[in-house]
Amino acid sequence: MQTMSSTDSITVDEGYDADNPAPVIEPPRARTGKTPKATRTNFELYGWLFMRLSGILLVVLVLGHLLIQLVLDGGVSKVSFAFVAGRWASPFWMAWDLIMLWLAMLHGANGLRTIINDYAQRDNTRFWLKMLLYTATVFTVLLGTLVIFTFDPNIT
Amino acid sequence: MPAGTLYRGREGMWSWVAHRVTGVLVFFFLFVHVLDTALVRVSPQAYDDTIAVYKTPLVAFMEYGLVAAVLFHALNGLRVVAVDFWNKGARYQKHMLYTVMGVWVVLMAGAAYPVLSHAFRELFGS
Repeated sequence: MQTMSSTDSITVDEGYDADNPAPVIEPPRARTGKTPKATRTNFELYGWLFMRLSGILLVVLVLGHLLIQLVLDGGVSKVSFAFVAGRWASPFWMAWDLIMLWLAMLHGANGLRTIINDYAQRDNTRFWLKMLLYTATVFTVLLGTLVIFTFDPNIT
Repeated sequence: MPAGTLYRGREGMWSWVAHRVTGVLVFFFLFVHVLDTALVRVSPQAYDDTIAVYKTPLVAFMEYGLVAAVLFHALNGLRVVAVDFWNKGARYQKHMLYTVMGVWVVLMAGAAYPVLSHAFRELFGS
């Protein structure tokens, strides 16, 4: 057919035809033999959802915290051991601070995990940066939790 | 220089950049803040001595910067939630960013006196 001629010339330019096919480019997210089975979960979906739900709660918890610590009653000037003891005498503020600690640390850790995955290109660098992140996060969350639960207003 | 797109170099991209930068800043502060608060388990003296650092003028300005980062991250985070869950969110993402910036300016103006006044009093006398 006459109309085929232009198509034919393109095929010749590329050097590919039915007998000499172009190399197959795998879709970027294709599952290959090397893909571990363990990644076949919805972890990233739950992470995405957690960021939004914890974020909404943190807007209330953190802005309330800033209002109490930095704005009301003379701002940061009034913060002292006695001030902390006064607030943690109430289970309400203990719960506030405990929930805020856990949500903020997990929200921040997951954010930094995303950033490490984005920018650290070598497998080893990415692995060790995340190990450092997880170690620091677990340490800080446990330390903060311990401090809230074992706080002693009569310590000397 | 590639041609502009709906996203690249525009409100969407820059709000994403600012969200990352403010998020990292706040997270690093959070580590320090849990550690300084943990000093209440050491002694009232150790805690009060460390908190005295927060009351110096230089750190007061850093606190104002922290408030700036937290407020942007919080307000823009609500915008991200709206873009993801509200069916008109993507259409109004620019309007919402300008709303975020407007509310941010108002709240920053409101926070200036409570957060910075003691620093000014210390620097320039009462």
